[in-house]
Amino acid sequence: MNERKVNFTIDGQDLSAAQGTTIFESAKSIGINIPHLCYHEKLSIYGACRVCVVEVKGKPRLEPSCATLVEEGMVVKTNTSRIRRARKMIVELLLANHPEDCFTCDRSQTCELRDLAYNLGIRDLRFQKARKYHYDLDETSPAIIRDPNKCILCSRCIRVCSEIQAVGAIDFVNRGGKTQVLTFFNKGLNNVDCTTCGQCILACPTGALRERTAVDDVWGALSDPKKFVVVQTAPAVRAAIGEEFGMPAGSLVTGKMAEALRRVGFDKVFDTQFGADLTIIEEANELVERIKNKGTIPMITSCSPGWIKYLEHFFPDLKKHVSTCKSPQQMFGAIAKAYYAKKIGVEPKDMCVVSIMPCTAKKFEAQRPEMRSSGTQDVDIVLTTREAGRMIKEAGIDFVNLPEGDFDKPLGISTGAAVIFGATGGVMEAALRTAYEVVTGKTLEKIDFEEVRGMQEIKSAEIDLDGTILKVAVAHGLSNAKILLEEIKNKTSPYHFIEIMTCPGGCLGGGGQPMPTNEEVRLKRAESIYQEDRNKPIRKSHESPAIKEIYKDFLGKPLGKLSHHLLHTHYIKRPRY
Amino acid sequence: MKILLKNIEKENYKGNLKSYLKESGYQALEKALKMSSEEIIKEVKDSNLLGRGGAGFPCGLKWEFVYKEKGRPKYIVCNADEGEPGTFKDRLILEKDPHLFLEAMTICAKAISSEEGLIYIRGEYIEGYKSLEKAIKEAEKSNFLGKNILGSDFSFKIALYRGAGAYVCGEETALLDSLEGKKGQSRIKPPFPTFVGFKDKPTVLNNVETLANIPAIVLKGGERFSKIGSPASPGTKLYCLSGDVKKPGIYELPTSITLKELIYIYGGGPDGKIKAVLPGGVSSCFLTAKDLDVIMDYKSIQEKDSMLGSGAVIVINNTRCLVDLAKRCAEFFVYESCGKCAPCREGTKRAKELLTNITIGKGESGGIELLKELQEVLYDTSRCGLGQSALNAVRSALEKFPDEFEKHILKKKCDLGVCPI
Repeated sequence: MNERKVNFTIDGQDLSAAQGTTIFESAKSIGINIPHLCYHEKLSIYGACRVCVVEVKGKPRLEPSCATLVEEGMVVKTNTSRIRRARKMIVELLLANHPEDCFTCDRSQTCELRDLAYNLGIRDLRFQKARKYHYDLDETSPAIIRDPNKCILCSRCIRVCSEIQAVGAIDFVNRGGKTQVLTFFNKGLNNVDCTTCGQCILACPTGALRERTAVDDVWGALSDPKKFVVVQTAPAVRAAIGEEFGMPAGSLVTGKMAEALRRVGFDKVFDTQFGADLTIIEEANELVERIKNKGTIPMITSCSPGWIKYLEHFFPDLKKHVSTCKSPQQMFGAIAKAYYAKKIGVEPKDMCVVSIMPCTAKKFEAQRPEMRSSGTQDVDIVLTTREAGRMIKEAGIDFVNLPEGDFDKPLGISTGAAVIFGATGGVMEAALRTAYEVVTGKTLEKIDFEEVRGMQEIKSAEIDLDGTILKVAVAHGLSNAKILLEEIKNKTSPYHFIEIMTCPGGCLGGGGQPMPTNEEVRLKRAESIYQEDRNKPIRKSHESPAIKEIYKDFLGKPLGKLSHHLLHTHYIKRPRY
Repeated sequence: MKILLKNIEKENYKGNLKSYLKESGYQALEKALKMSSEEIIKEVKDSNLLGRGGAGFPCGLKWEFVYKEKGRPKYIVCNADEGEPGTFKDRLILEKDPHLFLEAMTICAKAISSEEGLIYIRGEYIEGYKSLEKAIKEAEKSNFLGKNILGSDFSFKIALYRGAGAYVCGEETALLDSLEGKKGQSRIKPPFPTFVGFKDKPTVLNNVETLANIPAIVLKGGERFSKIGSPASPGTKLYCLSGDVKKPGIYELPTSITLKELIYIYGGGPDGKIKAVLPGGVSSCFLTAKDLDVIMDYKSIQEKDSMLGSGAVIVINNTRCLVDLAKRCAEFFVYESCGKCAPCREGTKRAKELLTNITIGKGESGGIELLKELQEVLYDTSRCGLGQSALNAVRSALEKFPDEFEKHILKKKCDLGVCPI
């Protein structure tokens, strides 16, 4: 950015900012949050909703503040009757085309359009008799439902899909009033290269995108006396679900969450972190094996199902670089049904495994045909953090004031290495804690790998494993992953081990997390996750008593025959469309 | 005084290179090849030629902006996507005298140091496309285009692109996006195409008619040109006269002509009694019979709160219902809105609905206020000229013919029997 400063005024305040700053940003810096819809802090400027218009002295028309740069001597007003009238009318026009079903809408409590209508003082819909257009819903995906009727064409979903995720599964088609956001040839999300990451849901200001909800399926299982229903919760959920109940962003609510789920009616409340610890044992050993036996390097983590689907669509030739380890969710499901069910005398078919995930892609993952190693579907139902929040509300549970509960044993026992799976770099760090000790046979003293933490887009580090230098890299957001994948494809990748997380910030920024999920919120959730790690008495996966026990009782050894059957998987090539 | 149609109106003029050369074709280019960039631009600036695409921006200034830009390469793009309803003048030049503006583009390229020109022609202009294609080949063969033109060290080539039928692609930035293979939707301005244009490079974007003036300006001098027609926007202009007029057609006249002269002297008088005139197609505002003395240049028509646009003069007689016409204008923009910005996409839709309701006897008195507010907000907030001017005609109909609307709404009556009340 050009460092030259320009002087201007906004609403009478004298300001100075670097050339290249927008009016929108400058206004924000002095506490003026200009109403907007298509603007998004992490995406390119689209300048099409026109809600953020302001008056610039000397200009005949109102100017979009998101797309107009401050200039020397500029005189800007952000709040005049002319501006208020224009904003109001534009939002009214959008409402004229919008279903009036706020009562039943998924986004009832978090809708930016509804908020805007309220904040702009719209109390009378002058276009109420207008004809509404009706479009069919896209219900092809097991994870995400698109309702074009609620779409206001702000392009935030399109931009997040192509700019942040490098996917581009959706785009505008048709013209004018017939403009729609659609998949290639309207084939539906499930029949194109959508990774089901759900970042579009987080980006959407309205209810046009939502997860395919499974709340009723869970209630059904819970009220079925024949079913033994266990629940597992992913690491990132405990750092976010409090937000669903109005708690500050990133509140760490592990105990309250466990208590709430018990009160909701689950027979056992377990922890996906058990699965995470198990993943580390298998994956760290796989890495060591690959390095020792000159296997395919770099090896890439496999916990993030959106990333796996991305690989299958876009880089199928790199399949052999990906760890064959199932994700923690799926390892948990397989163990719950193939080991735990037998242990307590329940038939696997009578057990229902519910997962609560920060993720929409987990819904897709659970129903993959590869994920039935217990003989039935290993994970029966996947809920997002948001859906779990709704269930707890529906049960009338006062979440904020709950006492601290605890997970059940043995599948509720986990280490600090498991909780950091929820943040970008966490799987890498957890794997290093174990790999170091597997390779060197020594105790790792400094277990915090700061260099792989944080929100930097691609992080890399060199780890000294007693003389052997391990080069590692971490990417979150698929556009960043793509950079590392291109390197592998071009055979220029210097790394041994790569962690890829589909969503910005890792799972804590997943498509199933509470809204809003933005950079500020992501950072707070990350803080909580690292706090939980520090609080754990055991912080290395291989030291977990539950893990030691399951290998002793059941699995035998890492990468053994039973592990291979229950805990590992394979990938396929998928067409783009 | 003919500049643009001087060849076309000649008997036996074929529009091919041979007949163009016979009419002193490409002499301006020969002259320009010996001139410096500054000299060519000075002539164009001296001529005070205003862009004929509708905005009326000084052509010489535009060339100078691009000339002074440091970015390379530079492009010249000819906007031949003539789409305003009631406009059919560029088509005539494209079909009948293509060398006239190929020569002009080449002169412009010489002036701004561009090596590549692009013509974006309206998709429906099949004849024009064929004739251009042929003309480009002829010019290349005779070295008026291509490498080392006429033995000089200047090289220039022209590529031809067809539009796909979107009105909005006549808007310069939407045209550029379309040329780049994207969906034709307006860009955020600034930056203007002169600085960030085709493939983000400095670009001159000129309309066919604007360019067609260039050879005469170079050959005979800018100053001479500046004395033709109205001093505010000199030269001749192609007026497309249509609607309720006895002799509709294309008339090349000095810009000092009045609307009355255009209709009565050249158009053979109105067909019936004049009620209103749209001087610049459906994006302009209605003039009334009281405005006939207006001079047909950009400034004078603007002073009448309308605009000359591309010169689509549509005469409307007293058998036409203005409510119906306003509705039709709105309908056009509903269809042609690109759909990118909310006010234009949604606003045109609702304006059409409100107007349709009035024409079928379901109008409410609040509808008029709402329409006026819609027009103001669309003008104030739309991304490009399409949305900004989409409800101009509607607004002026409301202002100038309020009684007609009132009757439709309050008495549920269309006096002219046009509306299906």
